[in-house]
Amino acid sequence: MSAPLAELTVDSVTGIDVSLPLAGPGARSFAFIIDWHIRLVLGLAWYAVGTLIWNGGFSLRPPLPAEQAWIGTVIMPSLAIYFLYHPVVEVAMHGRTPGKRRVGIRIVTRSGATPGAGAQLVRNAFRLIDSLPVFYGVGLTLMVWTRESLRCGDMAAGTLLVYERNATETGLVQNAAQRVGRLDTVGAEIAADLLERWPGLVPEARIRLARQLLQRYLGADADLRDGDELQWRSRLERLARP
Amino acid sequence: MASRADAAARRQALAAALLGRTHVWQEADARAARFARGRTDDAADAARLADDYRLLAHDVARARALIPASRTREYLESAYARAHTTLHHGAAHAGSALRRLFLEETPAAVRWLAPYLAWTTLIFVLAAFAGYALVHRYPDLIALFASPATIASVDSGKLWTQGLLNVVPSSILSVEILTNNIVVSLFAYCLGFLFGLGTLYILGLNGLMLGAIFAFVGQHGLAGELFKFIVAHGCVELSVMCLTGAAGAAIGEALIRPGSGGRLESFRAAAMRTGPVLLSCALLLVGAGLIEGFVSPDPRFSLATRILIGVGYWCLMVAFLSGRLFARRPRQPLTVHG
Repeated sequence: MSAPLAELTVDSVTGIDVSLPLAGPGARSFAFIIDWHIRLVLGLAWYAVGTLIWNGGFSLRPPLPAEQAWIGTVIMPSLAIYFLYHPVVEVAMHGRTPGKRRVGIRIVTRSGATPGAGAQLVRNAFRLIDSLPVFYGVGLTLMVWTRESLRCGDMAAGTLLVYERNATETGLVQNAAQRVGRLDTVGAEIAADLLERWPGLVPEARIRLARQLLQRYLGADADLRDGDELQWRSRLERLARP
Repeated sequence: MASRADAAARRQALAAALLGRTHVWQEADARAARFARGRTDDAADAARLADDYRLLAHDVARARALIPASRTREYLESAYARAHTTLHHGAAHAGSALRRLFLEETPAAVRWLAPYLAWTTLIFVLAAFAGYALVHRYPDLIALFASPATIASVDSGKLWTQGLLNVVPSSILSVEILTNNIVVSLFAYCLGFLFGLGTLYILGLNGLMLGAIFAFVGQHGLAGELFKFIVAHGCVELSVMCLTGAAGAAIGEALIRPGSGGRLESFRAAAMRTGPVLLSCALLLVGAGLIEGFVSPDPRFSLATRILIGVGYWCLMVAFLSGRLFARRPRQPLTVHG
């Protein structure tokens, strides 16, 4: 097995190449599972709401015998949502899906551009091969065995999946910029991240992380006496103050 | 020792200065996003985007040297990549991508596939003749191509399609048929991946089945009835199967005889060249499925009407695949008559 290639590098006229980190099988599978749940829930929701309206009461039983209007308005749209989700959403969202966006990855061509509709269709048509024999067996095997984590559809369409840091990172970067003082850039980022996530962490985790950060940057000078959460937070803020 | 401390302090000062430019990156990223989504076409803004690109390149180079293992560097790389893509590839519009697909890419792919189409059609026709000859000579072989229920129905003197609408509503029939046809056509395309053998198998098998069934129903005097059933939807359905088979054959040939770029590159080039026909083929099969569900099994349609529908839809298919259906006529230049 060859070592995974970390980045897609695209030449630029500035002389500074554009570097895009490649997504591996883990990130891709995670995005797929999120999307699978979304399309399943949407398809089932359409079916449930459509059938409830059709029956005029709380019953999900299909009408017997099946009526053409019910099939046209309930069954076909549900199946279309499930089966056409990927090609339609990927074309409409320029190589992203809600699952990919959640994971922070998107589809690009080898030049770093958003693939055209033809490439997206080819990529999705080859899901037939990638999904064989079950649970994307061919696709997953190819992803593990290729340097750039490609499945058959990617090979055919000339596409790759890369990570992208979106605009939500900007806040963190800005906060880190304000905290560079006694800390180096990475330390400032960690401190900014920890203070931002402070309310969402359990108390033990807050204290443990604050202790580790103080120890790392202040060493023997760190004030590591026991205290309540507020004291640990104020020590962390003093460290992160420029 | 002191000089090492000075160097560290200098690096930290440079990193702090670099991080102080965050708002500039933010503005540049927002501008690139506006252009990428086609939300602005302001010339001054476009000029600023070019400046942003150079500025981001400069900062990326510094970030790679000063803060390589930081999220700030990762964010900056992404902002630089977005500016690069926007500047070099323009805005992406789903609508214009689809328009280009139908008006330019599909007709070009069909033209390129013409020799492959001739070969796959020949293979399909030869397989149909072979199936016909086999069952004509050895009638028992029909058991290889048709289900026992179909054989029993024909043996009793009627086609299995008669009274089909009494059993299954047209809409269900259409959905089943068009789904099956689209999956078979996509397999005919994708199985070109197996050096063309999968495509050959699907074309050959379908040709054999068609010929064998015609020979079998002919022996019971029902060939005319079967033709009447098939003609409305079959012209397009079989043409599309040959076309997707041609695309699969092109992929197979690319793998068997790769150019100087290597097998993977050759496969990618062939798939990209032939891929645009897939959406058109799927749409045409939806139409064929609707005809097969609503028109073909309905005894109220006469043979002449069915032929008219079949030929008409086939002509529509040719116009659609050649790009003439939606092509805009070139405007006549204004002339002054003296």
